[in-house]
Amino acid sequence: MPLKSIIVTAIVAFAAGLIFASFAGYELFIPGLLQGAWITIQITAGGAVLAVIAAFTAALAKLYGPTPLRWLANCYIEIFRGTSALVQLFWLFFVLPQLGVTLSPMSSAILALGLNIGAYGAEVVRGGINGVSREQWEASVALNMSRALALRRIILPQAVIAMIPPWGNLFIELLKATSLVSLITISDLTFRAQQMNQATFRTVEIFTLVLAIYLGISLLITFGMRALERAATGGTVRGRAN
Amino acid sequence: MNERTSDPQPGVASQPMVRFSGVTKRYGDLTVLDNLDLDVAPQEKVAIIGPSGSGKTTVLRMLMTLEPIDDGVIYVDGRPLTHMEVNGELVRANEKYLRSVRGDIGMVFQHFNLFPHMTVLGNCVEAPIHVLGLSKAEAEERAVELLEMVGLGDKLGEYPQRLSGGQKQRVAIARALAMRPKVMLFDEVTSALDPELVGEVLNAIRMLGKEFQLTMLMVTHQMGFAKEFADRVCFFYEGRIHEEGPPEKIFNAPDLERTQQFLSAVLEAG
Amino acid sequence: MFWDWNYTFEILPMLARASVITIQATILGFILAAVLGLVFAILRMSRNRVINGATTAVVEFIRSTPLLIQIFFIYFVLPEFGIVLDAFLAGTLALGLHYATYCSEVYRAGIEGIPRGQWEAATALNLSPVITFRDIIIPQAVPPVIPALGNYLVALFKETPLLSGIAVLELMQTAKILGSQSFRYLEPITLVGVFFLVFSLIASAANRYAERRLTGIGTR
Repeated sequence: MPLKSIIVTAIVAFAAGLIFASFAGYELFIPGLLQGAWITIQITAGGAVLAVIAAFTAALAKLYGPTPLRWLANCYIEIFRGTSALVQLFWLFFVLPQLGVTLSPMSSAILALGLNIGAYGAEVVRGGINGVSREQWEASVALNMSRALALRRIILPQAVIAMIPPWGNLFIELLKATSLVSLITISDLTFRAQQMNQATFRTVEIFTLVLAIYLGISLLITFGMRALERAATGGTVRGRAN
Repeated sequence: MNERTSDPQPGVASQPMVRFSGVTKRYGDLTVLDNLDLDVAPQEKVAIIGPSGSGKTTVLRMLMTLEPIDDGVIYVDGRPLTHMEVNGELVRANEKYLRSVRGDIGMVFQHFNLFPHMTVLGNCVEAPIHVLGLSKAEAEERAVELLEMVGLGDKLGEYPQRLSGGQKQRVAIARALAMRPKVMLFDEVTSALDPELVGEVLNAIRMLGKEFQLTMLMVTHQMGFAKEFADRVCFFYEGRIHEEGPPEKIFNAPDLERTQQFLSAVLEAG
Repeated sequence: MFWDWNYTFEILPMLARASVITIQATILGFILAAVLGLVFAILRMSRNRVINGATTAVVEFIRSTPLLIQIFFIYFVLPEFGIVLDAFLAGTLALGLHYATYCSEVYRAGIEGIPRGQWEAATALNLSPVITFRDIIIPQAVPPVIPALGNYLVALFKETPLLSGIAVLELMQTAKILGSQSFRYLEPITLVGVFFLVFSLIASAANRYAERRLTGIGTR
């Protein structure tokens, strides 16, 4: 989102937190919520790494792989985009053990969410690579580079820079999706909120704080990605040279 | 039928550096190059002129293996480029073979095509390191020498975005020459430049042509430069060489009418 | 294989009944999202900075936070204000609200895509803002964005399983109950997955068809 929107949202969030949460509420809820937030962050980070790996693998397979590999990549993408994260999460959590594979809840969560976001990420990677102009390929040919070398040193670096903003959005989607793990008994931020709510029924306070914390983490992600983009382009604005 | 007159160049009788033999290129129904025969002698400087759509850029692009050919064979320094010899027969070249031959050819593009994520120096050492296998030190030494020759010794750490068009094109030239090609192709390299920047690029080409004894093919609209620099001028029309000869002849007293028409139109516009 | 076909046919009727709930939630939720989204989009165009700012803040806030929390929030909070909704309505309301924010972005893009000349012509003809929006702007803004809206319809459909978090008897909740009763989760959950996959593939194809038909037409 544009910077102005971010600031407005942040102000509203924290103001809401201040208004709705009493001081006693802070003391009561914040420690537990922060513990839950830590779990949320871990799952987000793990899922993000898996998503990037899965997305690049699938996109490169789809673009340059032999036909069976391409078919496999397409299946992965269609299945994980065609069903929702929750369905995938439940499938890994409930069904895999019945097929003999037992994963810890955390592992199921990271696997399901990582693969889910990775399927959307594959499209982002493909778009990034195709977005690099054909003339860069031609310049590589003129310098007698092999296709693999050109892809590795010339095309991918440029593609990655263009991909950073859409990946930022995907990571925020990932963050939001982590709330689903509360439904498979993982003590993330949402689970803790539900727990506290059942215990005290101070719904408005608790959930406002929770929403503010999620917002805070998503702001961290947004700023992180912007910093990454600045670092990758050497300080210059996203510019194209000829 | 198109006529074609040519003045034989001294040295063509010995092995040509570049030979197009019956080369044809089609895009769907359109024949862009029609059974082209063209020999370029070692160290010869050939200027290719003609109206758009006449096939001149296609000639360069096929030589640089950017486009496949439909018929015919291209030879570079005696070896086939587009085809390879398998059991005494000529067969379409595979990627690996292409790479073994096209290292002799370098190209400079109209829109520079520098790598935006690398510095000027980075652009010029990338291929020498990763394709030729030079060490970083060797590659840098070579690159710095070339960049200083084109007057950009002080811009080594700059990114392409910060350079003017003329500077970018000079970097592109240095980058191509760092691969020590035998043949250099220039595809309308000044057409995208502001007029006042054209001169510095042409100077660089002139100087390097002498320094490195290169064979050059240039598609250009810069008639003045062609007149002064080229050994031979080829006028392309509708996919064939309509007329060719030394610049004095082509520019001052062409044999064929269409050549004269084209030149008048260009000189009037310029 | 390990798959029990007998069990599959046994549970299909129950799943079919539950799918009706899923589809109802989807349609209701999307109608809400489409209408409310338009309202949000129009409010964000207001020159009044309070209205504009407040709407933007609310929209961004909802867009950037998890839907599940919003579902819990509405289900548990509204009773405190005297509004008692059953789980289905509360969940659908949350879905609609959440996706209204996405739809508002889509509408905004569509409205911004309209050349200024249209606005200026409306002013020159002295049309009131309401008439301008109703007769000039919206008829031109909406058709090009229908494919994007279609994508969000599919996305909303795929998120209905979240309603299982507040025990709405839609597909996923039913599957979980069946699984816990029979200790066989493989068939119910896989069937649910297949159901969503098939429907979303069909819907995406339909959407692509609609996109070809709608964006092929020049409107200006």
